[in-house]
Amino acid sequence: MRSLSIVVSLFVFWLLLSGHRTPFLVTAGLLSALAVAWFAHRMDLVDHEGHPVHLAPRALLRYWPWLIGQIVRSAWAVTRIILDPLLPISPTLVRVKASQVTDIGHVTFANSITLTPGTVALEVDAGEILVHALTRETAAELAGGEMDRRVTEFERAL
Amino acid sequence: MQLAVDILSWTLLTAGAAFCVVGALGLLRMPDFYTRIHAASVIDTLGAGLLLAGMMLQAGPSLVTVRLLIIALLLFFTSPTAVHALGRAALLRGIEPRLESTEREPSRP
Repeated sequence: MRSLSIVVSLFVFWLLLSGHRTPFLVTAGLLSALAVAWFAHRMDLVDHEGHPVHLAPRALLRYWPWLIGQIVRSAWAVTRIILDPLLPISPTLVRVKASQVTDIGHVTFANSITLTPGTVALEVDAGEILVHALTRETAAELAGGEMDRRVTEFERAL
Repeated sequence: MQLAVDILSWTLLTAGAAFCVVGALGLLRMPDFYTRIHAASVIDTLGAGLLLAGMMLQAGPSLVTVRLLIIALLLFFTSPTAVHALGRAALLRGIEPRLESTEREPSRP
């Protein structure tokens, strides 16, 4: 099932990027997709973490829109700090609880933290992430745990 | 209709460019390594995002738009990874972050 889905997504990806329509090239693309899927299978890369299709619906519909909203909000906040003549920063190191169970949950949470302007994940341990925040307020907001809760909720969708 | 799309797309492109400039300004103004990373992430997210959105409107419903979307996805997955690697490398090499307590009071004009 997962192998089929990786072949299909690779082939669709190839079609979109190449834009070719002739039978020979399309066949070649399909064969390439099959070959890559086979290599990935031999390297034991195709598992629930290497190709996490089961997370896609919830990621697309619930988590990403929320994350994009957060990114816009905090990018705007960082922009205002940069443009402020006084440069009102208060750099803070904070340890944030990460309640995710799987590796992919941790990766999603750490990447979300880093992607949001104003916070960078520096170290990821089991259950805890060391974060550098641009201001005391962003650190406190992150420590409040809403993002952690949302990532854990999204990770559980199976 | 075309005019409305053009106006919207050029607004997005200009805003994206403006955020890139702001990010560059932040890179120059911030006091240390870690705070500069924060300034750069404005470019990664809002700057690149708005520019790509503007270009998608210019391209209209075509393969080019799909490719721009793929570029956006690639950016949004890889740039935090790169930033994390950078910050962690700096931390491991012993670059101390300037934290609030050690910071001087901002000088008022």
